[in-house]
Amino acid sequence: MARIKATPIRPGLVVFLGLLSLILMSVLSLAIDKTSIPLGKVLHAIAQPDMSDIDHILVNTTRLARTAVAIVVGASLAVAGGLMQALTRNPVASPGLFGINAGAVFFIVLLTPASGADSITQVMQLAFIGATLAGALVLSIGMMRSHNVSQLRLVLAGIAVTALLSSFTQTVLIVDQDGLDNILFWIAGSAAGRGLDAVQAVSPYLAAVFAGSLLLARHINILVAGELVARALGQNTLVIRILLGMIVIVLAGTAVALAGNIAFIGLIAPHLTRGLLPNDFRWLIPGYAIFGALLLLTSDMLARTLLNPQEMPLGVVTACLGAPFFIHLARRGMRNG
Amino acid sequence: MDKWVVLRSEWYSRQFHLKSLVIISVLLFITMLIAWSSLALGKYALSAPALLQALGSREIAENAFIVQILRMPRLLMAFMVGGALAVAGLLFQTMVRNPLASPDVMGVTGGASAAAVWFMTAAVSSLSAFWLPLAAMAGGLAGGGLVYLLARKDGLSPTRLILVGIGIAAVMTAFTTLLLVFSPLSSAMNAYVWLIGSVYGARWHEVANLALWLCPAALALIWVARSLQVNELDASLGVGLGVAVERMRLILLVLGVYVAGAAIAYAGALSFVGLISPHLARRLTRRPGPELIIVTALVGSILVMSADLIGRVMFQPLDLPAGIFVSAIGAPYFLYLLLRSRVS
Repeated sequence: MARIKATPIRPGLVVFLGLLSLILMSVLSLAIDKTSIPLGKVLHAIAQPDMSDIDHILVNTTRLARTAVAIVVGASLAVAGGLMQALTRNPVASPGLFGINAGAVFFIVLLTPASGADSITQVMQLAFIGATLAGALVLSIGMMRSHNVSQLRLVLAGIAVTALLSSFTQTVLIVDQDGLDNILFWIAGSAAGRGLDAVQAVSPYLAAVFAGSLLLARHINILVAGELVARALGQNTLVIRILLGMIVIVLAGTAVALAGNIAFIGLIAPHLTRGLLPNDFRWLIPGYAIFGALLLLTSDMLARTLLNPQEMPLGVVTACLGAPFFIHLARRGMRNG
Repeated sequence: MDKWVVLRSEWYSRQFHLKSLVIISVLLFITMLIAWSSLALGKYALSAPALLQALGSREIAENAFIVQILRMPRLLMAFMVGGALAVAGLLFQTMVRNPLASPDVMGVTGGASAAAVWFMTAAVSSLSAFWLPLAAMAGGLAGGGLVYLLARKDGLSPTRLILVGIGIAAVMTAFTTLLLVFSPLSSAMNAYVWLIGSVYGARWHEVANLALWLCPAALALIWVARSLQVNELDASLGVGLGVAVERMRLILLVLGVYVAGAAIAYAGALSFVGLISPHLARRLTRRPGPELIIVTALVGSILVMSADLIGRVMFQPLDLPAGIFVSAIGAPYFLYLLLRSRVS
């Protein structure tokens, strides 16, 4: 085992409280928007939907979809980030920084018109291809010429690949003469772009990889202790790494297909979670999911209400929350996390 | 032994490295070649005699209009912007003694862009556009200063500098996106293209203004050129050689921000020029000092000029921003540098 931190609070309690606040925030997210609906009415609308009341329709369609997207995307990005941090043993690893989101966005933007993909599952498959290629590129450059993954080199490769892919994405968007709304969706992300049917369509995939990551939790615990230790304990590290990589690709690709490129959630949610839970991935993975969802849901509520009646791009809010934390992390030093 | 050429007059004397002079001439020749193609190629391709005639024509008729009013200022703008960004990159790399420093990594580009977009969307009605560079410089100074201060903790580690730079750049980008969202749609789309970096629709008065802003910087560069090489050494060595290292660093920072801010104000957030031009230049000439500055500037100019040429000519009838091709050339070269290097 790696470090075992003595946590004053029991992990079960933390997860329980996290879930409770997530449910509370979800109800609040249904109630509070540019025009707020009283809490009682929201509960009533969920329990007994009356499809002749405009507020009931609002709660059950757009707001419910938006809340669901925020929860699913936040959870996916956070678990993906946490697993990447374990996989590369790099504390700033995240799908946003390592080019995976940028790769997914580029392939969606490039190939959606040509392939005629319009259902969310088709878009998702495009995202998987892009995410896989970009992730593989960054990892191979980061690992080349050295036995171990070099931390700084990985980050630099991530920056360069991200810059390259975003410039390609911008080219496609400019050539297609898309409206600014569409451009902003892909660059800054939004939880409002997809309906409930999209969430339903992707949830089997997400449930499968989430279950898979929980099954791998014990192996991840060994993996983060270091390559040598893991091998000495009889682990086939290559297989575990490949499985983890696939899980990350599915999670990040799905998140991008649903909500565009949302920065920093995959980075900060795992760090916050590690401060609250013991260093055991059987607890950490559900923790990542819960706190990632909570973080993105809160960010989305801020985006909706902060500059009422106008809406802030979601990526702007997450960047403002995430970047200072990231700088703090950088100042503290790149220790393995 | 290397050969030298000595230039001596009453008030100035210097010896020049012969090989560097040859390289500079070759680069100038390439610059001319690209300039010629930029003027000749486009939607209306001109033959050599037609181009010469258009250049010499006093009357602003069809061809002369295309060459003198449309293509020439754009070409000069690309030339100056590329050179300015490249030199800014060289100054930053020398200042922090880190080959990865550049206006974009150090938060200068982000800060300058945010300030310039703010100026364009909010302040341009009350202030003349001539002051746009000043806004960009102030923003660049804020961004660069913030990164420098936050990354400075018992020394300036490259890792920390880059990570803090990413963080600050993210904040600045968020701020810029926010400004874009809340501005009227037409100017927002312009500002978006501008964020990628382009020399679209450059006019003669803009070229003149940028030249005016860059002139003092060029004079200052001649003055700091000699001590530039001392700054590449260890700080204590520099002190031993009689250079006020801390003051020199401050001068380099301010000068770099000034040059980068002026360029960004007119051409937008072109990334990678400042990062890779000094590297390419160092492969061409090993001489630090004035020779390196000139070679770096020429490499940067060639980079931006050819990126603009590609964007304008290869995808007709579309006219793509130069920034896209600068990234398309710059990012792979950066990855190549990364593969060769032994950063750990």
